[in-house]
Formats: sequence, structure tokens, C-alpha cells
Amino acid sequence: MSKLDLMLFEEEYNLLQEIIGRLSKDASAKVVFLVDKNGQQIAAAGDVKSIDATSLASLTAGNVAATDGLAKLIGEKEFSLLFHEGEKDNLHISIVGKRGILVVIFDQNSSLALVRLRVKKASRELQEIFDQVEQRAQKELDPGSRFESPFSEITDEDIDRLFGD
Amino acid sequence: MTFINYASREINCKIVYYGPGLCGKTTNIQWIYEQANPEKRGKLVSLATETDRTLFFDFLPLDMGTIKGFKVRFHLYTVPGQVFYDASRKLILRGCDGIIFVADSQRARMEANIESIANLATNLRENGFDIRTIPYVLQFNKRDMPSAASMTDLERLLRFRNEPMVEAVANQGIGVIDTLKAAARQILMELQRA
Repeated sequence: MSKLDLMLFEEEYNLLQEIIGRLSKDASAKVVFLVDKNGQQIAAAGDVKSIDATSLASLTAGNVAATDGLAKLIGEKEFSLLFHEGEKDNLHISIVGKRGILVVIFDQNSSLALVRLRVKKASRELQEIFDQVEQRAQKELDPGSRFESPFSEITDEDIDRLFGD
Repeated sequence: MTFINYASREINCKIVYYGPGLCGKTTNIQWIYEQANPEKRGKLVSLATETDRTLFFDFLPLDMGTIKGFKVRFHLYTVPGQVFYDASRKLILRGCDGIIFVADSQRARMEANIESIANLATNLRENGFDIRTIPYVLQFNKRDMPSAASMTDLERLLRFRNEPMVEAVANQGIGVIDTLKAAARQILMELQRA
């Protein structure tokens, strides 16, 4: 497994979920998503069912990656915030630490100023959890670690079964 | 980068289809989309030009079933093959778990295949991966074309690490699933080695 693998345990996941749940309420948002920079959805809160979350995660990551490329072209490290204004709904995208992207979808029941304010606070809290996840992952890389992966005994048959053979 | 969520018991893997322009990367993914059980596939997202050339990427999420009690989900991506979209190709490789290289079997495209593999090696390196060790499958597409090179020639020119090879005619679905399966096998076996 590459050292970049992201492993989330229940406790960490619940903490992340709690933070974005609170953000969704405090910012009067419609939906809040926490996405990984590689395009995987990590957590979601609000009216989640109204949106194709998987496509949203992948397109957001693509968007952030492309904007990142643009930033580097003009000599910036990154653009930490992207804002897309629609007729009814708006999209507020911000970077959290090294690997997270926070997506807030809101309408006229909220405002850009409120969303920015709440996102700032939530980002700090999310960052702390991501740091903990990273520290734990580092520890598990240690050869003396007692962590045992549940995938240590995957067989060829397991894989064949995935493909219905 | 495999994302393992112990809370929702899910494993997410990212597989990228790479190869020269018009080799059939999008055709592979489209065929999988059309054949997959609608309950198990997500939406096929295609960021393409008006003439259906891939502009940024195609994306297809697939639920594969469970392994050791974890739901396995593959995220399939294609890159734009045209040479001048290199910056986009590099971005899409970010955090990938495995590569499917789709080679165009036609003799006239051999140079484009070789260039694309070299480009893949560079872009992987810039993302912190090594083309010699990352899960990797070589698909020889368009085997039905009259101008297709022999398998011996293709292997000699394009195979460099004893990787699995699959003969394919992607627009008829031949070899498409076998290719994906070969990639899945390597990626999941990689998890085992953790």
C-alpha cells in the first residue's frame, strides 16, 4: 500500500461528519461536502439526496486541480477559494489542509459573507482531524505497529467473485 | 491512493486509462457503462469537446460488490490523449491506484504509443509514482483492424515490465472487462501487501 493511502476510522469519520453537519446548519447551507483532492467523497451533510455526490466529488477535484495548475502558471502556490455564482444556487469551494476540499452549496437563504465566516472556523477544526489521521497513519507505517489490515488475506477467488465469476 | 473508510466500510480505488489520442480509452469506459448493472454504476461524466474528443476527463464510478466485508468501488478515469493536453493528463494521475494503458494496434500509431508511454512515465514520476511498480495493464486495442501489427511486434515494442497484456476490440467489448479485471487484481493484491 502506498504511504499516501487515506484510512478513516469510525471515530475520525464521526468527528468530520459532526463538523460539517454543524457547518451546514450554521451557514444555512443546502448541502456541504467534504471531498478528497483526488476526487473521493469523504463526508456529506444537508440535503445530500438532491445531488449526485460522486460526480460532484470528482468534478470538484478536477476543478481544484485545474485551478491549482493555473495558480502555479502565474506563480501562486494555490487559490485557496473558488466561488461559482448561479441564478439560484452558489458553490463555495475551499481547500482544507493538504488533502481536503470543502464544498458548500447555498441559495438566497444564506450569503457569501456568512458562508466564508463559518467555513473559516470549520476548516480549522477539520484540519486538526486531518492532522490526527496523518499522524496515526505515520505510526502504522512503523514496522513495530500492531495495526493489522483486514485485507491481508485477499484471495484470487475474492477478486473473481467481484466480477461475478 | 486507495481511500479506505472503516466507518462506512468502503474501499475506493482510482484507475486511469492512459494512451495516445483516439486509441479507445473513452470507448472502453463507455462499453463498461453500457454493460454494467444500472444499480451498480454511477453517472458517466464526460468533459469532451463538441466533436467528442476528451477535453479534460471521463469519469465512471462502479460498485463492484464486497471483499472482506468492505464495499469495493472503482473510480474509472480517462485522460485526454491529444499531445497538447499534457497539463490535464498530469492532474488526472493525481492519487491514482493503477493504470490501464490502451495501445492502438495499428502500425501507423506505434510511434504515438511509444511516446505516450514515455509521457506516462514522466507524468507518474511528477506525481510521486514509478511506472515500473504501480499496478499496470497493457491493452492492445483495435485488434480487428487490417493494419494491426502482430502481437509479437507490439509486445516487443511496448511491453517493458512483464505486465499483463490483453487483446481488445473495445467498440465490440472484446477484452474490456478482462483488462479491468487484470488491473483490479493488481490493485487489490497491493492492499494485501500493506
